[in-house]
Amino acid sequence: MNLWNKLMCYSRRHSPWLFHMNSGSCNGCDIELVASLTPRYDAEQLGVRLEGSPRHADILCITGPVTHNAVKAIHTVYDQVLGPKAVVAIGSCPATTNVFIDSRTLDGPLNKHIPVDVFVPGCPPRPDAIIQGVAKAAEILAARGNNPPSTELSIAAISAAEAPADNSPLVRIQEVQS
Amino acid sequence: MNWIHGLVTPLARLLIFPGLLFAVPAAWFFLWVERKAVALMQGRVGPPFMQPFFDFIKLLGKSTPPRSGVGGLLMRAWPLIAVSAAAGAVGLLPVLPSSGGFEGDLILLLALLELPSMCIIAAGFSSRSIFGEIGSAREAVLSVAYNVVFLLAIVSIAASQHTFRLESLAALPASPMRWLGVLALLVCLPAKLHLNPFSLPNAEQEIYSGPMVEYAGPELAMWELSHGLEWVAATGLVATLAAPYITLWWLAALVFVGLMFAIVLALSTLASATARLAIDTTVRFYWQCTLIFAVLAVSSALFMRLRS
Repeated sequence: MNLWNKLMCYSRRHSPWLFHMNSGSCNGCDIELVASLTPRYDAEQLGVRLEGSPRHADILCITGPVTHNAVKAIHTVYDQVLGPKAVVAIGSCPATTNVFIDSRTLDGPLNKHIPVDVFVPGCPPRPDAIIQGVAKAAEILAARGNNPPSTELSIAAISAAEAPADNSPLVRIQEVQS
Repeated sequence: MNWIHGLVTPLARLLIFPGLLFAVPAAWFFLWVERKAVALMQGRVGPPFMQPFFDFIKLLGKSTPPRSGVGGLLMRAWPLIAVSAAAGAVGLLPVLPSSGGFEGDLILLLALLELPSMCIIAAGFSSRSIFGEIGSAREAVLSVAYNVVFLLAIVSIAASQHTFRLESLAALPASPMRWLGVLALLVCLPAKLHLNPFSLPNAEQEIYSGPMVEYAGPELAMWELSHGLEWVAATGLVATLAAPYITLWWLAALVFVGLMFAIVLALSTLASATARLAIDTTVRFYWQCTLIFAVLAVSSALFMRLRS
């Protein structure tokens, strides 16, 4: 690996720009995602930026159990995010469709439609877990580079127990970073 | 030998100080100060020091959407034109005393400073995105609003000091008229740099960052860089006009950089302390409040000139 690739890898890990998409979520996870950018959790320390346009983003954060109406939108937005990209499924809904399982209005879970790199389960997940999931997605992104995502292997899940329980967000972010 | 000297000095100014070698790291540094100031004002820790550099490198490594035809070619060209114009504007700043060669003047500097915002307008319209077009329309209205004040401020400075040459302006002692002009320039800077409260062309919440909405990868990196270079050029212009004349070149450079940093800090603090204004309020602000101020400055400068 030459110097330029190393620098690129490092930069990708330290500058994940997010695009947030709701696929029929109850808004619980959306609030927690935004909470992870607030002064209490301050995900910008990892270089995270919430972008308005999917063209600018590296990591697509999807919440919600994927309703029929959302499927086409998910495909459009996924194609609009330019490579290298990663997908983080936030909450239990995109992972398993949660309490809405077997609903006729749903076409989930999310990995039926697009390759998902990181699942952050929880209903809703804590902001710490979301930040950890984004950091892990950035690592996957840096390691993978421009290669297409494999559909089976690179899935990493952040469990609610894995996120530390004490209330010092700064310490936590340093732990995630290291 | 004279022509070699005449070629080397401007090249050194364009490429080394205050040109690219100084300006690009300074641009990243100012972008970081902007974000860090917002973070500190909100009680956060904020991004790490190297963040704008990492963002730039990462964007270089991303792919761009396929663009075809003349429209696509133009879309690729706008950010490059913006970056080169902003870099050229920085290269014109008379920080170090030059001995002959191409010096440029205030009018050229103003034209180069104006080019990036023209490119933003054109980029938004050629992206054909509805958000881009709204952003471009807002940028056009905004530039009509603040540019009258901006140009009048420059004219009042030039008229009171009898010259349009940057070099002599930097060397002349400042008159009260000049301070009035510098104040008017400072009022225009938030609009020129798209900062709060005048950040409506690139409003990231309601129009998804406006003209930039369709840009990705290296093109977006160029836009970020041109924004940073605009920071350097615009604050550098004010620093040049406000700095006292110092013959020691290293002290002059130090004062120049210090003044720039102070202006960046003040503007970022203002940006994080204010909310975005609507377009009609912005236009009214520039036309009603500051236009009177600028017209007063110009008329008194001309009056002083006629009397002397």
